[in-house]
Amino acid sequence: MTFTIPIENGNEVKNAEADSQRTLYPYVTGTSVVAIKYKDGILMASDMGGSYGSTLRYKNIERMKAIGKHSLLGASGEISDLQEILRYLDELILNDNMWDDGNSLGPKEVHNYLTRVMYNRRNKFNPLWNTLVLGGVKNGEKYLGMVSMIGVSFEDNHVATGFGNHLARPILRDEWREDLSFEDGVKLLEKCMRVLLYRDRSAINKLQIAKMTEEGVTVSEPYSLKTFWEFSAFTNPTVGAEGSW
Amino acid sequence: MFRNQYDTDVTTWSPTGRLFQVEYAMEAVKQGSAAIGLRSRSHVVLACVNKAQSELSSHQRKIFKVDDHIGVAIAGLTADGRVLSRYMRSESINHSFTYESPLPVGRLVVRLADKAQVCTQWSWKRPYGVGLLVGGLDESGAHLYYNCPSGNYFEYQAFAIGSRSQAAKTYLERRFENFKESSREELIKDAILAIRETLQGETLKSSLCTVSVLGVDEPFHFLDQESIQKVIDTFEKVPEDEEDNAGEAEIGAVAPAEQGGSGDQDLAPMEM
Repeated sequence: MTFTIPIENGNEVKNAEADSQRTLYPYVTGTSVVAIKYKDGILMASDMGGSYGSTLRYKNIERMKAIGKHSLLGASGEISDLQEILRYLDELILNDNMWDDGNSLGPKEVHNYLTRVMYNRRNKFNPLWNTLVLGGVKNGEKYLGMVSMIGVSFEDNHVATGFGNHLARPILRDEWREDLSFEDGVKLLEKCMRVLLYRDRSAINKLQIAKMTEEGVTVSEPYSLKTFWEFSAFTNPTVGAEGSW
Repeated sequence: MFRNQYDTDVTTWSPTGRLFQVEYAMEAVKQGSAAIGLRSRSHVVLACVNKAQSELSSHQRKIFKVDDHIGVAIAGLTADGRVLSRYMRSESINHSFTYESPLPVGRLVVRLADKAQVCTQWSWKRPYGVGLLVGGLDESGAHLYYNCPSGNYFEYQAFAIGSRSQAAKTYLERRFENFKESSREELIKDAILAIRETLQGETLKSSLCTVSVLGVDEPFHFLDQESIQKVIDTFEKVPEDEEDNAGEAEIGAVAPAEQGGSGDQDLAPMEM
């Protein structure tokens, strides 16, 4: 990153070149990712939308990817930064494989690597504008963690990004339990995704669910949730509040 | 080994395809006092003989903790060894910081070997004059490696380096097949017995040796003098122990000297 010497022009200081080389705003963004630990590993769900501001411009973006043999990454936020992160991780896994020595990077290692990357970028005022969910299973141990664009990182039994934090996690706090079966896990995730679909304006009705177990990663084919729009609250929204719209 | 016209520079090959400077560096390892390493499936023991410059000084440190799961024993130029230990500690801690996970010992050893190789290919450098026995853990269990000044590294079940290490190696060669399944205590005992071999006549006392252990559920640490002495006492005091009898019978010339030595100490008389 190069800096130009600020040119004083009255009160205004121009630093144009430096600014154009760091992220100021996100442009194409993905919305929430929700993930839970279940009996055999990790389940993660996200929709396939990429918004360009308020326009739902791209409807076929895969926001969840397998990383190596043991990890699954889901991301919300700037899609181009996600692609950059995938390039970093690709190189990381490649070098790890090149050792060819029976050791491999597990989800904990990848999570911490990402935490370092995100935090260091934030320190340079040039963040990768994403919130990342990293889940995986290695040697029978399940791992699920999250890193934000400012480098805040933690692990939990269930995580969500963006709107998912406000709409999905309360549901998960009430209904998540240890050793969920695959079917129950999917039902729980779909419940969360349905609420997000109704209430998050950048969500689209085309989602994927990814499963991570000791055997590996499977990302489902895209599908839609059944929705119901005939609730009286929807058809007659102002019945309880005269004068509101 | 005698001097010849191809040994001035590390970057000069001899007509027979040898780099004499590198070989001379390996000689330096043989001058240092003995260091021994052995491993089982789950533990690694590193032991060395404490040699002091004079009676007035303390002995040099030859075993270093690199991380909770990696230790290194050196023989040769201890200054070079200290510098390389610092490098190893640095690599290990940087990995831990980035990945929050211990650096697999096999990967550390390769980096160390690559560092040594650099010194064999630049005319303004000299090879490190120290051999390193690196013991550590990774996903597949316990490992023991030997890093050579030449930049080569080898994996071992058990190995000894430094002066009079051949005696220890002979002892280890006889017993190494059992090491894989050995318990921690048996491994420590074998290490101390191997050290005894290198002493060749000198009485074995806990002040003469340093022993360190690391294992799957045990971070690297040194054994204190008391524990070492206890292990020594088990074989110095109980000669009818099968292993010791077999061992001592095969040692041959060394055994009588041991007996004579033990007599000087306040240990129970040998009942041979």
